[in-house]
Amino acid sequence: MFSRRALVIALAPISFFTACSSSHSQSSSTLEVYAASSLATPFSYAGLAYEKAHPGVKVEFNLGSSSDLARFVQEGAPADVFASADIANMDKVESKDLLDSQAVIFATNYLEIIVEKGNPLDISSLEDLTNPDLIFVTANPDVPIGRYTAEVLKKAGVSMTPDSFESNVKGIMLKVASGEADAGIVYHSEVVASDGQVEGVQIPTEFNIVAKYPIGIIKNSTNKKQAQGFVDFLLSPEGQALLTQYGFGIP
Amino acid sequence: MSRSRGHRQKLPWPIVLIAAVATAFFLAPFVGLMWRTPWSKFTDIVTHREIRDALWLSIETSLITSMICCIFGVPLAWLLARVEFPGRRFIRALTTLSMVLPPVVGGIALLFTFGRRGLIGQYLDRWFGIRLPFTMTAVVMAQCFVAMPFLVLTVEAALRQFDSRYDGVARTLGGSRWYVFRRVTLPSIRPSLFAGFVLAWARALGEFGATITFAGNLPGTTQTMPLATYAALDSNPESALILSLVMIAIAFTILIVLRDRWLGRTDQGVPL
Repeated sequence: MFSRRALVIALAPISFFTACSSSHSQSSSTLEVYAASSLATPFSYAGLAYEKAHPGVKVEFNLGSSSDLARFVQEGAPADVFASADIANMDKVESKDLLDSQAVIFATNYLEIIVEKGNPLDISSLEDLTNPDLIFVTANPDVPIGRYTAEVLKKAGVSMTPDSFESNVKGIMLKVASGEADAGIVYHSEVVASDGQVEGVQIPTEFNIVAKYPIGIIKNSTNKKQAQGFVDFLLSPEGQALLTQYGFGIP
Repeated sequence: MSRSRGHRQKLPWPIVLIAAVATAFFLAPFVGLMWRTPWSKFTDIVTHREIRDALWLSIETSLITSMICCIFGVPLAWLLARVEFPGRRFIRALTTLSMVLPPVVGGIALLFTFGRRGLIGQYLDRWFGIRLPFTMTAVVMAQCFVAMPFLVLTVEAALRQFDSRYDGVARTLGGSRWYVFRRVTLPSIRPSLFAGFVLAWARALGEFGATITFAGNLPGTTQTMPLATYAALDSNPESALILSLVMIAIAFTILIVLRDRWLGRTDQGVPL
């Protein structure tokens, strides 16, 4: 008698864990969208609009740097849709044959220098960033924004040592918006989304890049119909208008 | 020793089973790491310059941090344990708050306080030309912020358990306050002081969120091992695995070796 009760006590935590995991997998009307953090604002509105048009569907976002998300997907995370801020990270997923069909470009973006509100150092060009007293932050070269920034600086023939390699765009935004860094380079859409917390300085088109945002449906998705629906929505005039509103370009 | 052997004869096996599950839960992730580790590239990666810099920076900053934690934490713990004063509970809660705070939030709080435009930082910049973010000092500050509570809590608990009448006796025998603290109080709580030191050091060594938010991430200056590991996850996942193992090995060795050497008594029931 004692030993049976003891067994129940010992196994109770295990049954608790299995109960948790099984209840989680039942909700198949939840759409898991893994999206680059620069897409946060338009995607949250797109999610709301999509939920409204498709009652019973819940759109959940996992926002992060594209490289983090690509790694999650490669490790088998339960994503239905993956939207990357660059093609390289989508390629990582595609090369492992994890996409249901080829990814499509649904948005574009370009880069802008950001400075503190009021531009106290009067920065107007990429050359101004070479001032050694200036604190310039960027991101790791494997995060899309870090690589794009390096590309732009190279095109303009500007070389300098950044003061910090943040882990994503939000890190760059925080450091510049709080005045800790003097300048950084981020997506134009981030400047739009910042609502005046930072000031954007144009980068001439000849040095600028066009960031292409691909989106793809994950092969192991348990909810491909809704996943396709969400992708179609983003490509629809309504979805594209939403993206333009938040500073993205249309492919 | 004989006491524990007596216990072993009637082991409560459900407890052992549950404890075994808990142990397996800690063990499995390490095995998982080692399972994926490309051992053949070990020396290549560990001797890489950026990695050596990160390793050295981590060891340096975490040791400075734990020493600072002792210098400031022990008096604080003593005050909390021994002196009745209004607001004591408030101070205790305040000084341990960072344990429950997400480290990134701690980092932002530090940035808004000691940053160039921060509450205090703006005066440091204006009056002394001191800018803390993106420096090694900022790394140590971030680590202190999250690590000190571990030392304070451990030492305070020990001071509470240590019979303060010994202090009183030593004082009546003519010892000065400082002499008594140094020769009676401190030796009696030595195991806990050391445990607190090690806990704070371990927390500092693994610190990530507050560091990257407050101090940024620049190889050689503010990029500690956890930051280097995170950065490597993108560029070179294999080196990230090896870096993690190096950190685990260092921490594990130090915890085991030093614990046996300094804390031999704790296994016989001295409370940690």
